[in-house]
Amino acid sequence: MTSATFKGGIHPPEYKGKTEHLAIQRMSVPDKVYVPMVQHIGAPCKPLVKAGDLVLTGQKIGEIGGFVSAPVHASISGKVKRVTERDVVSGQTAVCVEIESDGEDKWVEGCDLNRKLEDLEPDQIIEIIKEAGITGLGGAGFPTYVKLLPPKDVKIDSVILNGAECEPFLTCDHRLMVEESAKVVDGLRALMKALKVTSGYVAIEDNKPDAIAKVKEATAGFDNIQVVSLQTKYPQGGEKQIIDAVLGREVPSGKLSMYAGVVVNNVHTAVAVAEAVRTGRPLIERVLTVSGSGANKPQNLLVRIGTLMSDVIEYAGGVSEKTAKLVVSAPMTGFAQYHLDFPVEKRIAGIVAFLEGEVDLLPESPCIRCGRCVEACPIHLLPTKLDKLSRLKRYEEAAKYHILDCISCGTCTYVCPARRHLIHSIDIGKQEVRALMRG
Amino acid sequence: MKLVVTHSPHIKTPDTTKRIMTDVLIALIPASISAVVNFGWRAFLLMAVSILTAMLTESILKNYKHGLGHALQPGNIFGDGSSAVTGLILAHILTPLLPLWMAVIGAFLAIFVGKHVFGGIGQNSFNPALVGRAALLAAFPLYMTQWILPIDSLAGATSLVTGEGSYLMLFLGRIGGCIGETSALAIILGGLYLLYRGHISWHIPTAYLGSTALISALLGTDPLFAVLAGGVAYGAIFMATDMVTTPMTPKGQLVFGLGCGLITVIIREFGGLPEGVMYSILIMNALTPLIDKIMQPRLFGGGVSA
Repeated sequence: MTSATFKGGIHPPEYKGKTEHLAIQRMSVPDKVYVPMVQHIGAPCKPLVKAGDLVLTGQKIGEIGGFVSAPVHASISGKVKRVTERDVVSGQTAVCVEIESDGEDKWVEGCDLNRKLEDLEPDQIIEIIKEAGITGLGGAGFPTYVKLLPPKDVKIDSVILNGAECEPFLTCDHRLMVEESAKVVDGLRALMKALKVTSGYVAIEDNKPDAIAKVKEATAGFDNIQVVSLQTKYPQGGEKQIIDAVLGREVPSGKLSMYAGVVVNNVHTAVAVAEAVRTGRPLIERVLTVSGSGANKPQNLLVRIGTLMSDVIEYAGGVSEKTAKLVVSAPMTGFAQYHLDFPVEKRIAGIVAFLEGEVDLLPESPCIRCGRCVEACPIHLLPTKLDKLSRLKRYEEAAKYHILDCISCGTCTYVCPARRHLIHSIDIGKQEVRALMRG
Repeated sequence: MKLVVTHSPHIKTPDTTKRIMTDVLIALIPASISAVVNFGWRAFLLMAVSILTAMLTESILKNYKHGLGHALQPGNIFGDGSSAVTGLILAHILTPLLPLWMAVIGAFLAIFVGKHVFGGIGQNSFNPALVGRAALLAAFPLYMTQWILPIDSLAGATSLVTGEGSYLMLFLGRIGGCIGETSALAIILGGLYLLYRGHISWHIPTAYLGSTALISALLGTDPLFAVLAGGVAYGAIFMATDMVTTPMTPKGQLVFGLGCGLITVIIREFGGLPEGVMYSILIMNALTPLIDKIMQPRLFGGGVSA
């Protein structure tokens, strides 16, 4: 069977062997959590609790702060110690609710229902997803319910579940598709019903044949759901790339993917949707991949949101003394950290520890116009040109060269033999162009 | 634990500028061997002198602010390897009889005028080795056009002038010509290595050689002879594929190759020079920014209506 794909892209080493066959382990409930009020793209939540309040697991502690936003919930039961700003993964600070565990992990009511999808109307499904605080678990963290409420002039005909997991090292989606294939399909069916569409796809890179087989098994009997095998290539899991590969449609330049008639969700998101729809349980935990040569015991861990990353690493067996770089979530688009004192968020898919010698610190040198960035760019941009224009602060020209179409996948920077910091300066250029456009 | 914090991506290709240049030097080994086999120790001296001059010129121009001692450290002399490539290619496109001091001047001008006047690696518009050769041809036209035949070392013209030479002789390089460009076999071996390593694509060599053969045939010249004789094979594989001075997109590269082929044949058939490879590539180098501007890739999602 040939696998679908897009034009451009790269094939970095996969580094998935250490964890792809390891079943997901559940981490014990931590003694304390720091639940950030921003774990999504959009407006921060307004805290609903104050120091001294008692909370139950699953209780809403942050109210939606705007149309594009998602509520957050207590991930353990216990006492709110304080509500305060602290470091989060992005390198910035955010308001976090600190909860001290009472050791009982008592759940709020309404989290062990047994609802059936057949009994729910589309509006009810959307409300459930919204109230459960579900956001895109693939990394971007876009509130899921917003995708289910497209403007009137947009006609959605398909839902794609993104099981590409094209980032090296990550295997959390892979394991979920193998271990929770029924929930993946249930979640997809709920999303399809919410959007009133009849075609659903689960798109999986062909380096995960076991996941493809399991999900195929789980879709038996659902004629309107297809499992699509994708070529293993980065950034195959990019929204525009996966739509191109699965449906042969290009998302119009400057538009959201719904303008191609498609809503794309990550498979992990679908599992969260399935759980919320059936049991009423909000999103309070997710699977992380702990990997890299610096990780003492690479593994896939189911972790409560708000757990400190230092606690996760300690539980997972620690990292080597020779660790030289810690990257959250994954190496192509993730953030390098200078400490581990930050809480796990909904959008963190893993942590990778690199050893000394694995960190490329070669200095930047002049562009030799090899054209590899141009060849590899999945959006068919001229990264080296955008890099130069951005450094020269010629932002208006950069806009004409479509700098805002860049998806910041980092492919150009991966292939650059001159080690140009392409994506870095292009990202700065994008911010400046957006600022110019706002006036 | 001392942690490094940088922007993503956190993994990189193992390829670097230095590795690419080193690979080009490796790809030039067969042509260098053919030069020595066919033209003897003089060819070896030409290559040595040219490489050394190019490397020293570059290192001094790049590092003079840190002192001469810094510039003369072995690691800095080799640098990213690009000056050694320029020096070796320049030597390959010189005649075996050229006095060594002229090669020194050529290599110096290649690096100084051809490269650093523009701002160093990546900034030059023209292929530095060809700039060096063009300067030598202008300054010492007689010395630059003295040819000998291999082995017996009799004075003679290049095969393009005489129109002689069996295909086998052309293939092995046992003909008159510049020291590195006579053997098609050596050039093809080097080209295959660069293709295998991913440092060149098929577009420019194919377009260049294909158009040369086709247009020559239309003008009544044997097409196989047209691509085997003279410097077109060497030019198509090692000079017209120089990353810095040629277009970045595959479409642009096809246009570049076609242009080179057309100009080469026009100069050969109608111009006052026996060979047109040098000027064809230099002219197309000048057109490269224009080609890059016109031949941009189609934006993903561009022109798609919502």
